[in-house]
Amino acid sequence: MNRKLLSFVLRRLGHTAIVLVGVIIVVFTLVHLVPGDPVRVALGTRYTPEAYAALREASGLDRPLIVQFFSYIGNALTGDLGVSFRSGNPVTLVLLERLPATLSLAAAGIIIALLISFPLGLYAALHEGKALDGVIRAVSQFGVSVPDFWMGLMLITFFSVTLGWLPPSGYVPLTEDPLGWASHVLMPAFTVGVVAGSIMTRYIRSAVLDVVGSSYIRTAKSKGIKHRTVVMRHIVRNALVPVVTIGGIQMATMLGGLIVVEVVFAWPGLGRLVYDAVLSRDYAVIQGAVLLIAGMFLLINLLVDLLYAVVDPRIRVS
Amino acid sequence: MTQPPVAEKPDRPPSSEEAPVASERTSAWRLVLANKVTLGGLVVLVVVVLAAIFGRWLAPYGINDVDVTNALAPPSAAHWFGTDELGRDVFSRVLVSARVSILVGLVSVSFALVAGVVVGLLAGFFGGKLDAIVMRCADVLFAFPVLLLALAIVAVLGPGLPTAMLAIGIVYTPIFARVVRASTLGVREEPFVKASVSIGASSGLILRRHILPNITGPIIVQTSLSLAFAILSEAALSFLGLGVQPPDPSWGRMLFDARGFLGTAWWMSVFPGLAIFLTVLAFNLVGDGLRDVLDPRHRTAIEARRVK
Repeated sequence: MNRKLLSFVLRRLGHTAIVLVGVIIVVFTLVHLVPGDPVRVALGTRYTPEAYAALREASGLDRPLIVQFFSYIGNALTGDLGVSFRSGNPVTLVLLERLPATLSLAAAGIIIALLISFPLGLYAALHEGKALDGVIRAVSQFGVSVPDFWMGLMLITFFSVTLGWLPPSGYVPLTEDPLGWASHVLMPAFTVGVVAGSIMTRYIRSAVLDVVGSSYIRTAKSKGIKHRTVVMRHIVRNALVPVVTIGGIQMATMLGGLIVVEVVFAWPGLGRLVYDAVLSRDYAVIQGAVLLIAGMFLLINLLVDLLYAVVDPRIRVS
Repeated sequence: MTQPPVAEKPDRPPSSEEAPVASERTSAWRLVLANKVTLGGLVVLVVVVLAAIFGRWLAPYGINDVDVTNALAPPSAAHWFGTDELGRDVFSRVLVSARVSILVGLVSVSFALVAGVVVGLLAGFFGGKLDAIVMRCADVLFAFPVLLLALAIVAVLGPGLPTAMLAIGIVYTPIFARVVRASTLGVREEPFVKASVSIGASSGLILRRHILPNITGPIIVQTSLSLAFAILSEAALSFLGLGVQPPDPSWGRMLFDARGFLGTAWWMSVFPGLAIFLTVLAFNLVGDGLRDVLDPRHRTAIEARRVK
């Protein structure tokens, strides 16, 4: 059995490695698809022959394409993502500086999503077809359809402008002032949490429904086990596996959704960085940030799959 | 209902010539329309599409009629949704903007649909190396969060409507490819396909006559859901100032402009946002309703409930 697990892990790792190389190729290609000369475009009105020559050399764009390609892959895999077209700082440092803000927001968002979706999904499934099930399904449909940036604006209008309860934007590092961080993170985390939580509610509902319909639950019930015990010991436990999976996938998806929310709440994370880099045509930073976010996405998916295989032996066979 | 009760026949694959018709089973459209929620979604969609087509003529004011003396006026009989910081009528702008949202949705999803269906069909039908390569490419594209990939494409090609449509189209192509491939794999093993292969029918004929008509269900569902997300993506790009460019109005762009007036003019942010929300919700509801009917397992359940 362990052999099967090992071979699954190796296959999955190999797959992730292949996709990662593909991702690096796409990211490398990005800057070369810019119509015209990317260095010239990036410099814009700041163009001087000296600045042009310096940036071209610093970014390695003066070397033959094939050399650039292999050195980009090699450098990326060793953590060197080049220098920012704007500031000249190493891209890796710029990214690491922004990472904590994004990760702390994503973590808070996923916690809120779980707090919303788990009770609602469980309740809806256990009361399938009843009125509240319908309400929960309708509300989750609303949550999937609401534009996150609009919800952010509405929250700011209500809780900051009208009531004055929460700061409309800004960021305090968690390590410096946990309470200040919490008051700043609440609205952006709620915004991303509602969207993710709505999707998760639907998945959790159907996951629990699958378990409820299984024969071992019927057996447990017919043995005369108390309803509460059946729910807690048998239904919830067995439904947890898909919950972990969808939670992981939503966390990975959230990394992309954070861009707009970080812009709305002036949250200095990776999303905000990408946005600023797009506006200032700082291609090296765009490449680095896209690579980092896609890499995190792959990593989370890999971890979810591996966790799944450890928990549920049936997965390894297929 | 004038429909005869549902026939108790086992599910048969529909003939390649025509979709299942009402003579044997309740027609799919009737089932879709019987669901009140789906019907509500459809009504909203019709309104949005009418606004997209006729909005220009229906709008009480020009979209760029500046009237500074009347700036930031709250909703009134003259200006149903109030006016913005330049005194432009918010209602007219919301109405006319439906056009851009629907246009971007249709063009980008059509792109994704055509590209995804072709690639998914070929990969699913021929399998082998082609399939492996296509699916690895889809995996690579899937590794980028949707908006991030769209942003990167816009960063390269420059902001504007055509880029936004292309970017959203590219982003949604692998989703169609996956859905179509999975459905094709299922149909490929059906006896009627094997029979066609054995009598020497060409691959092109089999794909067109046998495979494609039998996988339209998942494609239709995916199209409706993708339209919802494409419209959301366009609004997000325009909100970031990278989609529709002024002076053309769009819902996302209006929200972008409203950011500075959250305390003074709530109507500037409430109505465009509501327009996005309702349109996306309608596409999602219709998509869900279609899925319930077009997915055979769900469908029999619905029909069974109707017979009771």
